[in-house]
Amino acid sequence: MSSNAITMPGAQIQARPWVDELHQWLTTVDHKRLGVLYILSALLFLAIGGVEALIIRIQLMRSHNDFVSPEVFNRMFTMHGTTMIFFVAMPVLFGFANYLIPLMIGARDMAFPRLNAFSFWLSFLGGLLLYFSFFGGSGLYGAGNAPDVGWWAYAPLGSRAFSPGHSSDYWTLALLVSGFGSIGTAINIIATVLCMRCPGMKISRMPLLVWLNLVMAGMVLIAITPLSAAQIMLLIDRYLGGHFFDTQAGGSAVLWMHFFWIFGHPEVYILIIPSFAFMSEIIPVFSRKPIFGYPVMVGATVCIAFVSMSVWAHHMFTIGMNSYANSFFAITTMAVGVPTGIKIFNWIGTMWGGRILFKTPMLFSIAFLFQFLVAGLTGIIQSSAPVDWQLSLSYFVVAHFHYVIVGGILFALFAAFYYWYPKMTGRMLSERLGKWHFWLFLIGFHLTFDVMHIPGVLGMPRRIYTYEPGRGWDNLNLIITIGAFIQAIAILVFLANLVISYLKGPRAGNDPWDAWTLEWSISSPPPAYNFATVPTVASRRPLWDLKHPEDPDSRYE
Amino acid sequence: MLKKSSTVRFLTQTILLLFWSALAVWASEPKGSSSHGTNIFAPASTPAKSIADLSVFVLVITALIFVVVVALLVYSVVKFRARATDAGREPAQVYGSTQIELAWTIIPILIVVVLFLATARVIHAIQDAPEPPGAVEVTVIGHQYWWEYRYPKLGIVTANELHIPVSDPSHPTPTFLRLLSADTDHSFWVPELGGKTDLIPNHPNRMWMDPQRSGVFLGQCAQYCGTQHAKMLLRVSVDGPEEFAAWVRAQQKPAAADAGAIAGRRVFETNACMNCHAVAGTAGDGRFGPDLTHLMSRATIAAGAAKNTHDNLRLWIQDPSAIKPGSLMPAMKLSDADLDAVVSYMETLR
Amino acid sequence: MSAVTTSFPNTAAWRLPSRGKVAMASLIVAESAIFTIFVVAYLFYLGKSLTGPTPREVLETPIFYTICLLSSSLTIHFAAKCLARGIEFAFLGFWLLTIALGGLFLYGTAAEWHRLIYEHGLTISTNLFGTTYYSLVGLHAFHVTAGLAMLVIVAVFGLSGRVGVKQSGHIEVLSMYWHFVDAVWVVVFTVVYVLGR
Repeated sequence: MSSNAITMPGAQIQARPWVDELHQWLTTVDHKRLGVLYILSALLFLAIGGVEALIIRIQLMRSHNDFVSPEVFNRMFTMHGTTMIFFVAMPVLFGFANYLIPLMIGARDMAFPRLNAFSFWLSFLGGLLLYFSFFGGSGLYGAGNAPDVGWWAYAPLGSRAFSPGHSSDYWTLALLVSGFGSIGTAINIIATVLCMRCPGMKISRMPLLVWLNLVMAGMVLIAITPLSAAQIMLLIDRYLGGHFFDTQAGGSAVLWMHFFWIFGHPEVYILIIPSFAFMSEIIPVFSRKPIFGYPVMVGATVCIAFVSMSVWAHHMFTIGMNSYANSFFAITTMAVGVPTGIKIFNWIGTMWGGRILFKTPMLFSIAFLFQFLVAGLTGIIQSSAPVDWQLSLSYFVVAHFHYVIVGGILFALFAAFYYWYPKMTGRMLSERLGKWHFWLFLIGFHLTFDVMHIPGVLGMPRRIYTYEPGRGWDNLNLIITIGAFIQAIAILVFLANLVISYLKGPRAGNDPWDAWTLEWSISSPPPAYNFATVPTVASRRPLWDLKHPEDPDSRYE
Repeated sequence: MLKKSSTVRFLTQTILLLFWSALAVWASEPKGSSSHGTNIFAPASTPAKSIADLSVFVLVITALIFVVVVALLVYSVVKFRARATDAGREPAQVYGSTQIELAWTIIPILIVVVLFLATARVIHAIQDAPEPPGAVEVTVIGHQYWWEYRYPKLGIVTANELHIPVSDPSHPTPTFLRLLSADTDHSFWVPELGGKTDLIPNHPNRMWMDPQRSGVFLGQCAQYCGTQHAKMLLRVSVDGPEEFAAWVRAQQKPAAADAGAIAGRRVFETNACMNCHAVAGTAGDGRFGPDLTHLMSRATIAAGAAKNTHDNLRLWIQDPSAIKPGSLMPAMKLSDADLDAVVSYMETLR
Repeated sequence: MSAVTTSFPNTAAWRLPSRGKVAMASLIVAESAIFTIFVVAYLFYLGKSLTGPTPREVLETPIFYTICLLSSSLTIHFAAKCLARGIEFAFLGFWLLTIALGGLFLYGTAAEWHRLIYEHGLTISTNLFGTTYYSLVGLHAFHVTAGLAMLVIVAVFGLSGRVGVKQSGHIEVLSMYWHFVDAVWVVVFTVVYVLGR
């Protein structure tokens, strides 16, 4: 099958001096390079956030431990949460979106390449700003140190009265800056998908990854902005004497909660929907069948996007809303489980009747299905408001959302890494190291996060730097910590795989997985211009049509 | 092939071994003491019991969903794995099925309806329960990092250890709490007595409990409120009717005036202690810190961070950050003599 | 090119929306969300100030300046239409008129704030009304200022003869932003000067 790429065999670009190479990377507007930059910066912050997690786990290993002081611990959980959500999960997903969307729609770049670069650097510099807080000078109590108000910075804890100094300002500004970067990327994704598809690629023929990232981008526009607005209000309170969240002046702490969670809940769907996108591309290829129910998958995602904007106060079941409000948010939260469940069934339906290949991307995908199911079910458990009056603010919630983010999003990301790394670098990741990575991480993950539900049920609240002995929490916490270290080792194996395979991995070729979307029709890595001639497509799986001219998809659509 | 299945067996065995060990380690830990634990599934009060029952109902439904879906997943992984015999051939390319989609849309919707109805019932039963005439009323004011309790109808002000009467189901005497905050957000969580409700400044909340067993129930603040959030513990003593009445009477009295503690009382009154702390019957009427009128009726100090012993009390007054670093009580830098005197005075406040 | 057999015989018929318009529409959606949050805060805090001047006591409905701003939407619309037809002179005239009207509006806001601060003592830190009023109106004025800056840049290019029919797509995108700013004012005006009193 001939490729669209014009790479003359044997032509070797002269190796450039490393300064030139660095300059190319720093000034690039190429979506592929920006995608890689997003991913690399996310991996850096993943390592830092992971260290913060390990510090937390060592401190909680046993009751009345004194590995770190309460002040340091409180900074650790604040920074861990903020880092992982804003400087790991969002960038890495934007990175993959950036890399893949133009390739999958037959375009040569994103709609606004310079805006793309600007958005990346805003995001990265936001991360640096957040971490500068550690060095911002530790003078008076709270003056110039890392934020310690939790990643939600609830009012009035984030106000000048309770958070003197600048630590909360670093939190606010870092997220404001990177938030604008996210909005830039969202605008770029929407314009790219709506305006730059190759001929024949009607909206109903786009790969699901493109569809789902389009939905995600739409959500970013209306979910990140409430947080930006609330942060501007917080800055007005802290620096201009405003009273938005000043309870002494009649202001409302609950208003901050509403604004934060109007951002915060859709945010987690912004994170999970691109993960669904990875699954919707990978599971079909390794089951050797098309995705089961493409239109339903699209419809369910759009449904999730809408309904998820109406569930936010399930994070606020304990704040004293009246019974009607609590009932409303309970039912909307339960309702959002329906389209989500439908997606799980459709993925299983894709595997059903297929020929499943257990390569590393598929191992992570199968684990994703199991774990996301559990995570969704513990979500349903908490959607019942009275049950949540017990479970909220406890380690049950911490277990639940790590199950979603690590067991769901991170596993899907690992699958995406193993699947698209060959396209990005031209080399295959080692299957052997991949399986070590998978099994180690799986064991560590379950040891930590399965067990973590139990202290929650036994009354252990979250965000505590130590706890009393005799409540039945000690040994459980020890087991959880051990699992965390196993996961850390697995991450090291993964990072080693990334590096070793880059240097010595087997060459990948255009299409190592025998897949069906446009990115596999060009070389690995693709040339700077992606496609020598803009392709034309007639179905959802253009490469399937090419490989099976006797039975093309275009006949069935 | 053989290699693969032995790897699978090895891994399965390792995983199982790890889990059983974890379970054994967990089970081996000695649990409990003379007071009750903090187990959601050991409810001692009506709201806690309704929640526990609802939790079991929800858990059963989600467990069923789990079993069904995991069975489908495992079946498909096992039955449809690629075999060497079908190399090169692609399976039937199935695009979807409207009937199946409808089925697995409608059934979840029905499950949601059932779950919601059960949930709404319990929400209303707990939140909209009217307050009966015999109820005890307590105003709880959250502070960084201690609990203030006022019984407006009984004229009592105390701190950190809540005493409420046990409630006989035939003649209920529940306790209704009004939840306020003096500074930032807190949350009142005693799992065996009920779900948690937050204490938010400028946003009064209400909750109730009717414990049907006496004893001491433990809990702690559940909404991150600052440095010492972890040591803002809760201790609720559920007393039988006579015990409670006796406690009320003792709390209503002003501070014991012990002649032997005059020196300590002078230290208390001249060292700014009384700017924060109140002792009924003296000039001390500060409200920033806990009321100390009946300090010695409490089993713990510093909101449960330490037992109420002579040594702990002395250490606490000398340097609060030794017990609770980040506590808002400053070290008063008293001389040893003054320190001993004021501790002796505290120890007369029964 | 050996991609799929094309069932799209005439690639010239493949028309997709303009990137600039889609991007501006997306930006407008995002900005609307930000404004919505400030409007919600304003409405929520109506009547809740513990002290200080109330809206009824101090606000004067800025009818004239509102007419200025809303007419500027009309003039920018005509400007864009003229440019699309290649009538550059008329485009410039309407464009400069738009800038003048927008500038008048900003002057009106500044004058009102001056009066509120110096005659009535209402600042952003006075009470809840002060905080929410200055934030909301200020956020809008900030967007007007940013828009005006862009209009001025275009005017400079226009006056030096560099804006022609080929740029009418860009001009339309910019005028979308300006219309948005006006629409926000309609909402802010209603909430602050009509409902809020």
